[in-house]
Amino acid sequence: MKSERAMERRRFLKGTLGAASLVALSGCDNLTQSSWFPSILGKAERLTEAVQRGITPKNALAKEYGEADISKIFPANGNTDPGTEQYAGHVAQNFSGWMLEVVGLVHTPRSWSLAALKELPSRTQITRHDCVEGWSAIGKWTGIPVGDLMRQVEPLPNARYAVFHCADVDDGGIAYYESIAVVDCYHPQTILAYELNGASLDVPHGAPLRLRFERQLGYKQAKYVMKIELVESLAGIGGGKGGYWEDQGYEWYAGI
Amino acid sequence: MALLIQSEEAVTDQRPPVSETLSTVSSPMVSSSPVIERVYRHRLPVRISHWLNVPFLIILIMSGLQIFNAHPALYWGDRSDRDQAVLSIRPMQTESGEEMGITTILGHKFDTTGVLGYSDGMRRAFPAWATIPSAKWLAMGRQWHLFFAWLFVINGLIFTAYAFASRHATRDLAPTGKDFRGIGKSLRDHLLLRHPSGKEAKRYNVLQKLAYACILFGVAPLIVLTGLAMSPTIDTAFPWLLTILGGRQAARTIHFVACFSFVGFIVIHVVQVILTGFFNNIRSMVTGWFLVQHKGVRHEV
Repeated sequence: MKSERAMERRRFLKGTLGAASLVALSGCDNLTQSSWFPSILGKAERLTEAVQRGITPKNALAKEYGEADISKIFPANGNTDPGTEQYAGHVAQNFSGWMLEVVGLVHTPRSWSLAALKELPSRTQITRHDCVEGWSAIGKWTGIPVGDLMRQVEPLPNARYAVFHCADVDDGGIAYYESIAVVDCYHPQTILAYELNGASLDVPHGAPLRLRFERQLGYKQAKYVMKIELVESLAGIGGGKGGYWEDQGYEWYAGI
Repeated sequence: MALLIQSEEAVTDQRPPVSETLSTVSSPMVSSSPVIERVYRHRLPVRISHWLNVPFLIILIMSGLQIFNAHPALYWGDRSDRDQAVLSIRPMQTESGEEMGITTILGHKFDTTGVLGYSDGMRRAFPAWATIPSAKWLAMGRQWHLFFAWLFVINGLIFTAYAFASRHATRDLAPTGKDFRGIGKSLRDHLLLRHPSGKEAKRYNVLQKLAYACILFGVAPLIVLTGLAMSPTIDTAFPWLLTILGGRQAARTIHFVACFSFVGFIVIHVVQVILTGFFNNIRSMVTGWFLVQHKGVRHEV
């Protein structure tokens, strides 16, 4: 009698647990596929941004490392070659014809050749690159502070975002782009890098110019930058979420 | 026959009225039959916080495994030099073209085909049944994880404030000197699956106290801190965090170990809940009321 009851209980428990885990799992997948649930999950990003901006001093620097800390191999992720004819032409000419344009909501739109950019005061920083996938690599970057370029073009008061347009397109023909807040352009470590570990940037790492935005994750570090466009809203650019990866569901605020 | 009496030694001073009419006896008695005492064991804030953690932890663990799958290796220090992994879970192919899952821990290789590295015909570290979402989808795994991380932290902060304000932490969870002196006996009793009864069952035993205190005030804060330490922005605001944790990749490794400490705790916890009277335990965590059996002892009300 007693053992029968115990067996019944065990069966009940097993059945309940099994059913519960199945329901939970398929429930989570159904929620993921729904139109409303991910938008609730996405609310956490706003809270994270508000709190992180609130507790992080505006000009606090990401840790800078020593030469000995530099990774022997700095992985190149995402697109490792834009692969377009136009870009191949630039590679063949060693990027002598590469121009960086700064346009949009600015007082004085400007463009610079790569050579002209290299004439400007540069900043060198040995920093850690944290990929959204989980890995970290340390590299020495040299480039022009984006803030210096901003001071030359003078953003208009309604300019909120700096959109970085890149030379690469994915297999589906979608152009890569990325964006950061205009205020973050003035952070001293936000630079357009043209050197990695003392050598000119190679193609896999974003030649000739890539963004370094040290306080956020790797996918914000746009490669092959051709144009910076200052805008008030991200709607209407690409998928409207502020970047190639953001359009695929990654957070625009990539502080964590 | 079992008799039910109302406890004077309930862990709380806040005693809801008793609604069951058949169960309450209010006179002193002498009896040789088992006496069942009702104890108000868990107060409402503790119960709410406990049950919220059930979905929160399951979701955090499973979405965390989804995130881990994006780079299924762990390291120490700040960098992830691929040849320096302390743990990796990778799919491999034998010479005959057969797919395998190989888990490498500190240089020791284990064949984990079917579960880790290669499962259900897919090259993935943790299998589909263990991740949220079940398909490989890092962006969505992060959305789940970072949303429920906030809920977990808020729940934890409210619980911690309550536990100290109500003295739940010091009175019920902190082991006493006497507890520590009895640790050997308690360990033996646990291993022999002998469970406290009578008066001893009204309070947490020493191993229970240590397990709860370590999880609540050790592993839980550690998993939050190591999670935050993986944030490049937080590292900028609090550079000491990575100094004490041993680097960003070390923080990720500790986060993973803390996660499996939670998994281990949950497994042991659920087994103990089943072994020590499943329905009584569940009732006490739902309603607060726990039944304690005194075997043929004289009990005064």
